[in-house]
Amino acid sequence: MSSILNNNWNNPRQREIKTAMANGAYASLKKVFNMQPVEVTEEVKKSGLRGRGGAGFLTGMKWGFIPKNSKKTVYLINNFDESEPGTFKDRAIVEKDPHRMLEGMIIAAYAIGARTAYIYIRGEYYRQWEILEKAIAEACREGFLGKNILRSGFDLDIYQHRGAGAYICGEETALLSSLEGGRGYPRIKPPFPAIEGAWRCPTIVNNVETLSNLPFIMNNGAAAYRKFGTEKSPGTKLISASGHVNKPGVYEVEMGLPVRTFVEEHLGGVWKGRKLKGVVPGGSSFQVLTAEETSKCCLDFESCAGCGTSLGSGGFYVMDETTCMVKMLQYTAKFYEHESCGQCTPCREGTGWVSQIVRRIEEGHGRQRDLDLLIDVSKNMVNGRTICVFADALALPVISYVTKFRAEFEEHIKLGRCSLQNG
Amino acid sequence: MVKIKIDNQELEVAEGTTVLQAALDNKIDVPYFCWHSKLSIAGNCRMCLVNLKGSPKPVISCRERVREGLEVDTKSPEVKKMQQGVLEFILLNHPLDCPICDQSGECPLQDNYFKFSKFPSRIEDQKIHKPKAVPLGPLVTLDDERCIVCTRCVRFCDEVTGTHELCVTERGGHSTLRTYPGAELKNPYSLCTVDICPVGALTSTDFRFKKRVWFLKSADSICTGCATGCNIKMDWDDQIVYRYRPRENEAVNQCWMCDEGRLTYKFINDKNRVLEPLVKKHGEFQRVGWDEALAFTRKRIPREAHEVSASSCVGVVSAQASCEENTALVKFLQQVSKEPVFLTTKKEIANPSHDDFLIDADKNPNSAFLKVLGKEISYARHFPKEAVVFVLDNLTEAQKKELVDARPKLVVWLASNLWEPSHWADVVLPKPTFAEQDGTFINRQNREQKTNKAFAPRGLARPVGEVLREIRLQT
Repeated sequence: MSSILNNNWNNPRQREIKTAMANGAYASLKKVFNMQPVEVTEEVKKSGLRGRGGAGFLTGMKWGFIPKNSKKTVYLINNFDESEPGTFKDRAIVEKDPHRMLEGMIIAAYAIGARTAYIYIRGEYYRQWEILEKAIAEACREGFLGKNILRSGFDLDIYQHRGAGAYICGEETALLSSLEGGRGYPRIKPPFPAIEGAWRCPTIVNNVETLSNLPFIMNNGAAAYRKFGTEKSPGTKLISASGHVNKPGVYEVEMGLPVRTFVEEHLGGVWKGRKLKGVVPGGSSFQVLTAEETSKCCLDFESCAGCGTSLGSGGFYVMDETTCMVKMLQYTAKFYEHESCGQCTPCREGTGWVSQIVRRIEEGHGRQRDLDLLIDVSKNMVNGRTICVFADALALPVISYVTKFRAEFEEHIKLGRCSLQNG
Repeated sequence: MVKIKIDNQELEVAEGTTVLQAALDNKIDVPYFCWHSKLSIAGNCRMCLVNLKGSPKPVISCRERVREGLEVDTKSPEVKKMQQGVLEFILLNHPLDCPICDQSGECPLQDNYFKFSKFPSRIEDQKIHKPKAVPLGPLVTLDDERCIVCTRCVRFCDEVTGTHELCVTERGGHSTLRTYPGAELKNPYSLCTVDICPVGALTSTDFRFKKRVWFLKSADSICTGCATGCNIKMDWDDQIVYRYRPRENEAVNQCWMCDEGRLTYKFINDKNRVLEPLVKKHGEFQRVGWDEALAFTRKRIPREAHEVSASSCVGVVSAQASCEENTALVKFLQQVSKEPVFLTTKKEIANPSHDDFLIDADKNPNSAFLKVLGKEISYARHFPKEAVVFVLDNLTEAQKKELVDARPKLVVWLASNLWEPSHWADVVLPKPTFAEQDGTFINRQNREQKTNKAFAPRGLARPVGEVLREIRLQT
């Protein structure tokens, strides 16, 4: 299996900087510091690296939005607020190979001209915070962080900032509000963070996995990176696989791997010999795929989009034939009801309403008209009705579950209970 | 200027304007809640969503700037559906207790619902319940269920007063307006949050449940609480004033006013109003009719002015009274006396509130006029002995003492309220407050501002000019 990110994950001492360095960590920095920052950005642009946080935006292009000749401080922020239900791959990177991520942060900071970088870390990730505190201290000791790194004249300090448990703070502008000490409310875009971000200064927010890809690109060049994956989705992707499979876990796969192959070969197939019912490939914010749809779908941004869903952050969960889709949707809706920040009307009210209706159906008090109502309410929440895409992240799954498994929802309403269970 | 189209109507608007502003300026009705001309743009209510030609997603018109060739759609079925959707969401957990809500009748949420939706709610589940009467401070009470989290009040306290008392806590549908721990909403402008609240969430503790607003009539007037002269709407019914609301005047008070001034209306309704003429008989005031009071006064005014000493007629003009009242007193005395003496009076309080925004330490609405008047007449410092004295409005404590010591022949007091035991006056002639007559006041910027008569004088009160004219004609 080819890999960019996970080749040292089996080494239990990889977290220690000596071991990591023996395995090549921080090796790219010498080369990077001999390049102009703009050349680094160019190399990343050429590699076609796309953001791994969910949106899949071109990383190099994002960096390019930093205003030239601005007198303002530039900030780099590493978004480690991984909270998407079904996604746990950034956690694996930090637990297994934190120095790769730090190396990536140094490269990115150098390219965009940031002298201060923050890691915005999910509040629940306490152990991971400890790991990173240790790793940062080690990197400082070895001279990879601090003043005049490797006598290049480049300074960089990395600070960790712990979130307080809100999912929305993974949205990059809400993250900035939270980092500044405010309530985690997303901001209206434009201006985008690259123009006006943290403390109104140019800011780049990148995901842990995105940054961890940078050492490979700088060591081996964009062309070598493009050998992995597809034309428009180069590289590999970490997939957090969970649900009804024999071997759940975090897998690094080449972009473009067919979903079926992934389930059958990597995950050891659906558990207990049961049949596949559905897959959510990108995390709970995106549409569910039926078993038939999965046969056409591959794990890259274009293929997933073509199938009406998204690769998202790679929160891949598998549902077998015994799964109640009403219950599944109820869990999903409950999460979004709880996590809506409450800033915009459609999301504040809509998430709660949708959740209430689905709960009612699940509990056996549904009405047939509820299904059309769910779809109509969801349509009133999507596509630019709100400041950020949180509302879409519930509305799109709702529409997909209700449309694709409508018969099951209708049966559930008719029986007043799940049709898949006896009595 | 740039050319844009709103609903196919060609418009020329100033560069930098927002689409919403351009629409409102041209009488195109776009609904909104969270936007306010004096506050930063929050863009959270999503009520003002419109479509732009060539844009894949709708935009909030409160934030979108106009640009050459922009084509805006505010009326198509798609936009209507968005507006209905947003209104349905806003009303979803709204308690719909309009029958007992103070805002009812002047509520943008009601108005927008009737203008842009009129669809029945489709919610069949339990609404979220929240506290109904939370005192946020001494003057403002929050009905949390009605709040639509537009954050206008939060932004007001952050951006206008800079006092930062309010915040939103909790998340999603449970979002709740609160004061910060240990804080109270008690900045000097706290009642402005009630004005800008687009629903009945923030209510004035003073006005709460006092009157249905559709019974109120309104007069454009001026606050007489201090020298600033904030422009107001005076809301009244049945000769009772219920509240002041700030009236927009960019040059004076923008669209704000202070709490202290706002609550000064109470003297108009006060129990101490003089409603009938009073004449002192055997050391006690007795209610009499106008005829008797005027006859009593007339008898004591010297018949022929030249027979008496120059200082025998005194007029006390007041910084509390309108230009018209003061002028009437001056004219009257100049006519009945050869060389009348004038003094000035004003309201004086220890440690008056003041700031560098709207609150002036001078608690008199017409001090500037007394200065103007001082160019025509000279003011004496002290009361002459044994004079006939006409007092407008009230005297300071020191003046009262001095007046008594001067053993006046007669003291005629033209007053709207009997502020305290008034042993120093012989006759009290009831005058209307500024709510009951037209008037002019000159504020600290030397702006002449009109107050309009809201209702007929209470009791038997008669305007100063009219009363003095009658005395003069028959003297």
